[in-house]
Amino acid sequence: MKIGTPKEIFAGESRVAMTPASALQLIKLGYECAIEKGAGVAAGFSDDSYKEAGVEVIGTAAALWKACDIVAKVRQPEEVELKRLTKGKTLISFFNPASNEDGMEMAKSKGANVIAMEMVPRISRAQKMDALSSMANIAGYRAVIEAGNNFGRFFTGQITAAGKVPPAKVLVVGAGVAGLAAIGTSTSLGAITYAFDVRPEVAEQVESMGAEFVYLDFEEEQQDGAATGGYASVSSPEFREAQLAKFRELAPEVDIVITTALIPNREAPELWTEDMVQAMKPGSVIVDLAAEKGGNCKLTVADEKIVTDNGVTIIGYTDFPSRMAAQSSTLYATNIRHMMADLTPEKDGQVNHDMEDDVIRGATVTFEGEITFPPPPPKVAAIAAQKKPEVKEKTSEEIKAEEAAAFKAQTRQQVTLLVVGGALMLGVGLVAPASFMQHFIVFVLAVFVGFQVIWNVSHSLHTPLMAVTNAISSIIILGALMQIGSSSGLVIILAAASVFMAGINIFGGFLVTRRMLAMFQKS
Amino acid sequence: MEFGFTTAAYVVAAVLFILSLGGLSGQESAKRAVWYGIVGMALAVFATLIGPGAGLWWLSVVLIAAGGLIGYQLASKVEMTQMPELVAGMHALVGLAAVFVGFNAHFELINVMGMDAAEKKSLDGFAALLAKKDAVEINILRVEAALGIWIGAVTFTGSVIAYGKLSGRVTSAATKLPGGHILNAAAAAISVIALIMYLNSGNVLPLYILTLMALFIGYHLIMGIGGADMPVVVSMLNSYSGWAAAAIGFSLGNDLLIVVGALVGSSGAILSYIMCKAMNRSFVSVILGGFGGAAGPAMEVEGEQIAIDAEGVATALDEADSVIIIPGYGMAVAQAQQNVAELTRRLRAKGKEVRFAIHPVAGRLPGHMNVLLAEAKVPYDIVMEMDEINDDFPETDVAIVIGSNDIVNPAAQEDPNSPIAGMPVLECWKAKQVFVSKRGQGTGYSGIENPLFYKENTRMFYGDAKASLDTLLTMIQ
Repeated sequence: MKIGTPKEIFAGESRVAMTPASALQLIKLGYECAIEKGAGVAAGFSDDSYKEAGVEVIGTAAALWKACDIVAKVRQPEEVELKRLTKGKTLISFFNPASNEDGMEMAKSKGANVIAMEMVPRISRAQKMDALSSMANIAGYRAVIEAGNNFGRFFTGQITAAGKVPPAKVLVVGAGVAGLAAIGTSTSLGAITYAFDVRPEVAEQVESMGAEFVYLDFEEEQQDGAATGGYASVSSPEFREAQLAKFRELAPEVDIVITTALIPNREAPELWTEDMVQAMKPGSVIVDLAAEKGGNCKLTVADEKIVTDNGVTIIGYTDFPSRMAAQSSTLYATNIRHMMADLTPEKDGQVNHDMEDDVIRGATVTFEGEITFPPPPPKVAAIAAQKKPEVKEKTSEEIKAEEAAAFKAQTRQQVTLLVVGGALMLGVGLVAPASFMQHFIVFVLAVFVGFQVIWNVSHSLHTPLMAVTNAISSIIILGALMQIGSSSGLVIILAAASVFMAGINIFGGFLVTRRMLAMFQKS
Repeated sequence: MEFGFTTAAYVVAAVLFILSLGGLSGQESAKRAVWYGIVGMALAVFATLIGPGAGLWWLSVVLIAAGGLIGYQLASKVEMTQMPELVAGMHALVGLAAVFVGFNAHFELINVMGMDAAEKKSLDGFAALLAKKDAVEINILRVEAALGIWIGAVTFTGSVIAYGKLSGRVTSAATKLPGGHILNAAAAAISVIALIMYLNSGNVLPLYILTLMALFIGYHLIMGIGGADMPVVVSMLNSYSGWAAAAIGFSLGNDLLIVVGALVGSSGAILSYIMCKAMNRSFVSVILGGFGGAAGPAMEVEGEQIAIDAEGVATALDEADSVIIIPGYGMAVAQAQQNVAELTRRLRAKGKEVRFAIHPVAGRLPGHMNVLLAEAKVPYDIVMEMDEINDDFPETDVAIVIGSNDIVNPAAQEDPNSPIAGMPVLECWKAKQVFVSKRGQGTGYSGIENPLFYKENTRMFYGDAKASLDTLLTMIQ
């Protein structure tokens, strides 16, 4: 079958859903690849580079849509594109199905199968095709870069001959993928970074990226993030108040605010109010990654950069991934390629649209003339449920009591062993002759020493230990040597054989041990 | 020479032997410790040769030299993967020597008892020692000699079978004659009766019967134990060879034999204990062979085994920062340790953290994997024990399982009905990604299904370990 990628027709969109590298992989899956002329130019991929990778370059969009069985693109398809779908064609793209009834109806009427990339479920197996995450990652990075571009100072604090520069303070609101990417970029540039999220369980992730998590003085039974597929949900009014109060407190201090708070299928919550903007220092920058959904700050104007009266820059671009088209195309094309790999389990270039598969089922919005959105909940929970509170910690008295009990038990055991052992010894001593007892004492002591010494032998040296004990157990040669001087012929023969065998053992055992030990080397 | 000199030499030798075992607590001190052992042995042999009672010293020297030559040849030619066989084979020699020496003690006793008082006075050495014994002491001597012979004979056939199993000459599956352990019990009972008859009569015939029974027990016991339990078997035989030497030491009245026998015996016993602990099985259940019946139906394993090619592994390794390799017996069988070492070198050269996780019962001999890796020049400080490394898996990018199965089986923790439930295992499935190099889809030695192979983060890298790694190495430069 043939996979094709048309040029994006949305104004200003520079991304492309297929790169020469991803095409190579698709060809390995058994597909033929095609691309519209000039589709990759804006992302830095020339037609020639596609040709080199074995991709057919088709002159017009119409011809490409006609020629291909599978069409992969980036932006939600427009009407003119949907019209080109026919029965049996598969479209893979962002689709925004929740607010794109018309699109779905149209695809359904055309009989085409549509896979919406934003609907890929958030389970570990599907991470490789989670395009929302890969795009959010780029947006988070780019948000910091844009902020830096509009911020008049260094990120990192410096003490120079020309004076001391304080470090910039960055607040990231919302620690999803974009938020975490922003935190990572900002800390690596040297800024002091704070982060906030309504899901307290992400505090650990935030701290692992080097930022400080902003905790609220607020007691509320937080909804388990696992219940909502790892996304944030709407919070209570009291919680919101506490949150805004905290932001108000931070506003005069921070230099850069990056807001990434989004709740699926809802307008973005207002988190950075006008009075907070007023409270910020002149020259501060706000990057509102939620601009497309109305913005976390009400002053944000989508797709524009504005400067408020008190000198605060508010950036409301919605096309961050497109601004880094080379990077985002590479990642998106890889996501698409992984999706195709899952659709092609046999690697035979034939799509096997398996509606039993959680990932494929979840992402499919129309299939064989039916609308299949919204999908049923996936069988596998998206993220691990939060741990229930630990069993109550033991008090120090309880621990002490336990230790004391364990110690007593141990003492009792040792004393019992000693008493039994001692009694046995005495019993043996009563009947056995003195000459035997002498040897017996030596034996018991030797066993004791053996146990003490061998426990300390390192695990890695167990084989040499066996070889060396093997060698020294040939000490039996002494017995044979003492007997070899006998007057009886049979005894001499047996003793001689024993000496010979023990001789093999002594030399073999010690030599092989030496060989082994010489091999152990330190790096 | 004075008798006192011999005793003094024995004391020094005993101390040297103890130091030699104690030195094995660390890799560097171990290199010195071997010399203690060698000097101790040389001293002991020398002191005995010039001591009282030793005759035919020229014959002894010639025989030791001849034996030494063979031992030298063996030790310098043996492959490290064949270490288990060599060790088992050498145990057989000690066992047989113990049997011979025990019989000699009996023959000498008969000789001496047939003499009259005047002749007895003219004896020297071992015979003189025998001549002085009274009736009770002679009985004790007989028990000791019989015990030495018995343990020696069990060690001998047991080690021969273990050698056969380890070298593949005997099937490594657990096989028993019809009757199973009843046969062993019967043989043991006959041995006891033979011992009593021997004590009463002093004839050599019951001694022969006893020896035959012991030989049978050694054969049958080890035949009934499967390949994966070999670490326990070999260390158990190691222990027996020590006890045999100690028993002979009693009958000969030689303290050095007793001391060394006890040292070796307890060393083997501890090794067996450690091995059993690592398999969460009691010593008895290992010796009785086979796995105990499951307490209930095993947990259903869901999912499928997903295969991956060398290219996929190479890419994942390229992206990983930390790698843990878990070698098992399969690596030894495929002789893949050099390739594993080369892989380690290349990954380390790229600045990745590569470590090895060794389960105590990996391989067929305690510490087998350590020796193989050392042979391939893997530095020992990146080779970790299970307890040292088990907590690190969650922070590890890639875990590579090469030829091990039961020691990485999550069923031991997750499925209370699994035959290996409760056995400590390497928690490699907690790593972000796991690659399993394995010959085919079958279950391992124990026949237990391994849910690890079905986990979402596991990819199966099918094929002979050595060939797979060869292909992998061509992709990692």
